[in-house]
Amino acid sequence: MTATVVTGMGVVAPTGLGPREHWERTMRGESAIGPVTAFDAERYSSRLAGEITAFVPADHLPARLLPQTDHMTRLALAAAAWAIKDAAVDPAELPEFGMGVVTASSAGGFEFGHRELDKLWRKGPEHVSAYQSFAWFYAVNSGQISIRHGMRGPSGVLVTEQAGGLDAVAQARRRVRDGTAAMVCGSVDGSPCPWGWVAQLAGGRISTADDPARAYLPFDVDAGGHVPGDGGALFVLEDEEGARERGVTSWHGEIAGYAATFDPPPGSGRPSSLRRAIELALADAETEADAIGVVFADGAGLAELDRVEAEALRAVFGPYGVPVTVPKTMTGRLSAGGAALDLATALLALRHGRIPPTVNVSRPVPEYELDLVTQPRRKPLSAVLVVARGQGGFNAAMVVTRRHSTSGTR
Amino acid sequence: MNRRVVITGVGVVAPGGTGAKKFWDLVSAGRTATKRITFFDPAPFRSQIAAECDFDPAGEGLSPQQIRRMDRSAQLAVVSARECLDDSGLDPGALDPTRTGVVVGSAVGCTMGLEEEYVVVSDGGRKWEVDERYAVPHLFNYFVPSSLAAEVAWEVGAEGPVATVSTGCTSGLDSVGQAVELIAEGTADVMVAGAADAPISPITMACFDAIKATTPRNDDPTTASRPFDRTRNGFVLGEGSAMFVLEDLEHARRRGAYVYAEITGFASRCNAFHMTGLRPDGKEMAEAIRVAMARSGTAPEDIDYINAHGSGTLQNDRHETAAFKRSLGERAYRTPISSIKSMIGHSLGAIGSLEIAACVLAMKSGVVPPTANLHEPDPECDLDYVPLVARERRVDTALSVGSGFGGFQSAMILRKPEGKAA
Amino acid sequence: MSELTLTELTTILQECAGEDETSALRGGDVLDTDFKDLGYDSLAMLETAARIQITYGVVLADDVVVEASTPRQLMRLVNQSIVEGP
Repeated sequence: MTATVVTGMGVVAPTGLGPREHWERTMRGESAIGPVTAFDAERYSSRLAGEITAFVPADHLPARLLPQTDHMTRLALAAAAWAIKDAAVDPAELPEFGMGVVTASSAGGFEFGHRELDKLWRKGPEHVSAYQSFAWFYAVNSGQISIRHGMRGPSGVLVTEQAGGLDAVAQARRRVRDGTAAMVCGSVDGSPCPWGWVAQLAGGRISTADDPARAYLPFDVDAGGHVPGDGGALFVLEDEEGARERGVTSWHGEIAGYAATFDPPPGSGRPSSLRRAIELALADAETEADAIGVVFADGAGLAELDRVEAEALRAVFGPYGVPVTVPKTMTGRLSAGGAALDLATALLALRHGRIPPTVNVSRPVPEYELDLVTQPRRKPLSAVLVVARGQGGFNAAMVVTRRHSTSGTR
Repeated sequence: MNRRVVITGVGVVAPGGTGAKKFWDLVSAGRTATKRITFFDPAPFRSQIAAECDFDPAGEGLSPQQIRRMDRSAQLAVVSARECLDDSGLDPGALDPTRTGVVVGSAVGCTMGLEEEYVVVSDGGRKWEVDERYAVPHLFNYFVPSSLAAEVAWEVGAEGPVATVSTGCTSGLDSVGQAVELIAEGTADVMVAGAADAPISPITMACFDAIKATTPRNDDPTTASRPFDRTRNGFVLGEGSAMFVLEDLEHARRRGAYVYAEITGFASRCNAFHMTGLRPDGKEMAEAIRVAMARSGTAPEDIDYINAHGSGTLQNDRHETAAFKRSLGERAYRTPISSIKSMIGHSLGAIGSLEIAACVLAMKSGVVPPTANLHEPDPECDLDYVPLVARERRVDTALSVGSGFGGFQSAMILRKPEGKAA
Repeated sequence: MSELTLTELTTILQECAGEDETSALRGGDVLDTDFKDLGYDSLAMLETAARIQITYGVVLADDVVVEASTPRQLMRLVNQSIVEGP
């Protein structure tokens, strides 16, 4: 089996539009978490978010798409276009059904849906938009991306809460492996409206702190939940040989290993299956734990979840056995988009040989025995592990490498 | 690894009754379960008809806490998952959790629960800034339809790969297709997969009203769903769930399980055309069928039955007819095709799995279910849609197709195992 | 309620379906141009028709967007309904 490589990347993050802006700000350790501006959040118990404020939809999308798209779909369409441009791939030049798209969603176009629910219950059914039939639903980004770029190959949509960003990339890798020339994949997400906010608050994991520097502290003794945010990343995956054949000589990295597991029911007494996900992903990548240069942790920011993740990492890598970082501390958790953004940051770290920091965490829990990277660190990297967990029990782990472990030079 | 994957258990909750038997009794008799909506007052809506499940969660054995925390879609999924596990004869205690997974398809997730909670936190739509103090904890489960897969996984005891798949109205085919792939590649030995949707709520009715996709034949609810008929004017919304136990063939053989069918081919394509519209030539659905057949090693003349998407919209039924002709050639005219949506409505993401259930039950019973309400075929729909009355026919190979908003087109080939049981 | 004019129809179309920079609506003789050629698909027209019904308090037939394929035809049907009343 030849390698599946990432030939294109599109980033829409609170930390920046495009990989360069995102990477530079991330390496400066500059957080994008601040007070909610998308709506008036004063009345709510949580008031901080990692928002994308610099994105002007009309600058990036045809006007015809604006009335029929939710906020997160607009972001996703921009990210997809950038990823395709970065890969320099033209769907029209590929075989007729040679390009598809797999995205992950967590809650669909919730802001669009909020407006339509408001119209329905305030004014009546005849006020509900024709676009409501698809603009809010979970499949909307895959559908809109495929239409905009004329991609008619196999496609899909996965919903595994915050693990989805990795699961979508893995599903796209399957499609590349069985012969689809190129796949767009990943996730861009976000529900910045009062209705989406209240639904997220109901999940019980959102920080109520008002200080942006104290609100999301994964692995810290003061961990008290997380901050939600918008954005994510989309990628173009191709078979390495196929990419070479069309003249591509460099890429961001290889999707070398992946696994997903599910935790036992709450209260069952059985241990989390996160460790198994990590071990299976390493095995899938044919990589030993000591080859991993850094772990991009899920970093839930709640003591119980942090403990489980730290135990899994310690079991696989040993105490302080591998650098661990959570750049999400600068963006908040982007629902399904978060793991996709981590994957983008991981690929950038591979390229630059630098590990981005975990900001604001000043007192890591000593018992976790983690080598938490709190300042940017230089380190030549050949393989990186990304961990993502979704509320409900979803675990995903993905290994990305600079080059295929068995293939030749690039 | 490329292992063979078989269906060894079937569970169904559908309009007309809970359980695979009641479902099959209804559709093989050509009876319809479409009626005037009872869940809410449908008077303000253009379309006032739906196919509702007569479903009592407590009567089906769900606990008070399960009922409280689960949206109706999750309740339907869990009850059908229990039935399929029971039907498969698998001993849940003997399952290796790490080699067991779940994929649940759903187009609109927990839309009913979401809307009910929205009405409360917005105080009947009065407040844009909805009131956090009235939010129930399980609102989060409704927010993320991944909760459907989680609930089923807890029921099954699965700790392998677990996911919700949400590709609109092809979700119920795609979820099973994905589960098959996970077994075939060796990631899991047993998957519980299928789909559930419970979309009959005001917001769903309103959005389909807005695009005039649902039928306004309110004066005649029981015959309102008329796929392939000249008088069809839209689909009837439905709800339900079908779940299956899928196994590695060797795993099934080792335990002497009854094998309903082997899933031998699956493919999906996108039309990249329009979020709700279809190109008349059916090219992408035809390609999905062609690839599924190629993977399965199936020729057009091998197909004994086609379970159509047959939604009963003007556009779909012509699109699909074109796709069958394009992929099967002359053989399309001689293959029985039917749409069970004529009887149980269109339950969005769930219907793809309910249609797989119809295929395997047709194989088991040697009966092809009819297309109800088909009195006067559309001249442009000129294939054999098995009008009104079920037909006795040996079904060794079946094709099931789906088509959905977003442009998704999927096709699956199912084959009866050689010999009675494995 | 006053009549639906081309100016108002143009505004509604832009709100309901967006406007391309190159839109033909901006100038020239569009009264008899097919909505499809103006770049408005069936969905855009359904959204537009719904908005007109609410704004002008008229009831349009289900197939109005099939019947009226140009701005002139649509305006005629809408204005007829306004005169006739509900």
